Amino acid sequence: MSNVGIVIVSHSPLVAEGTADMVRQMVGDEVPLAWCGGNPEGGLGTSVGAIMEAIDRAWSEAGVAILVDLGGAETNSEMAVEMIGEPRAGRIVICNAPIVEGAVMAATEASGGASLADVVATAHELSPA
Amino acid sequence: MGVTTSAAMSVDLSSLITSCADTISAHADELTALDQAIGDGDHGLNMKRGFEAVRGEAGALAGKPMPEALKAIGMKLVMTVGGASGPLFGTLFMTLGKEWPADPDRASLAATLRKAIDAVAARGKSQTGQKTLLDVLEPVQAALAQGRTPSEIAAIADGAAEATKPVKAIRGRASFLGDRSIGHVDPGARSAALLVRAVAQTLEPAR
Repeated sequence: MSNVGIVIVSHSPLVAEGTADMVRQMVGDEVPLAWCGGNPEGGLGTSVGAIMEAIDRAWSEAGVAILVDLGGAETNSEMAVEMIGEPRAGRIVICNAPIVEGAVMAATEASGGASLADVVATAHELSPA
Repeated sequence: MGVTTSAAMSVDLSSLITSCADTISAHADELTALDQAIGDGDHGLNMKRGFEAVRGEAGALAGKPMPEALKAIGMKLVMTVGGASGPLFGTLFMTLGKEWPADPDRASLAATLRKAIDAVAARGKSQTGQKTLLDVLEPVQAALAQGRTPSEIAAIADGAAEATKPVKAIRGRASFLGDRSIGHVDPGARSAALLVRAVAQTLEPAR
């Protein structure tokens, strides 16, 4: 699939999965989509390894946009992108946007074949300037 | 951590790891309580999980050259901690390994720690004075460069962690609290001070 992929990273697997459900309802299977949530022991938190696997599952040659909830999800996502390394890392962007609204809007944009830059810009519009 | 002297280079990595894991596990409840005040209350558990995972591989790690061992410790923390402190403490150890001097002496170790602190600051998009572990690492680096003894450096680290109490957080989860973050010691700073003391005591056992 050539559409941009979406990855959802929450501290809670329930939030991540629920957000992914909403995205699926909006855009069906038009967009590669993966989610992860929870620390390596299954409690609330995020896991660098799980984020790397989610990026793999949602990988698209057009790139991947990641939506995160709180600080640790962002820091761990940055670490995951760095560990994936170039050339793929250059086509992965962590969005500054609310996780649910951002994921839905980014996926809607992606389903129309928009570029990674346009998908990310759509998510960023949701954040207060 | 790079807090060491050439005389202490014979200290084996295995006892350093044991000492760090012991102190983090012993203080896990305290760290979690600090984090419940201004964060999401998982810092102690996260750090304990990370350092117990490192302890689990202490044997293999101790057999590696110092740069590879430090990088492996950092990677283990990144993969097991589960919160923002994973990438932060992980980056600290990974950079120490990457920049470890060929012939360690006080000056070269201080330079190595300088680079590791800069990498942590970049990872956290933060700087000293923002109620983070950097507030402990900076004075520790300065003390190391000045030739202070391990026990002096440990005391400086403790004081620096305590000094985060009146500071208002502007980075990390605690920043959501704004003024309400004032009056609480930063959990990450406290963890950093505990690790510095653990390393110092291993290098310079109480006499």
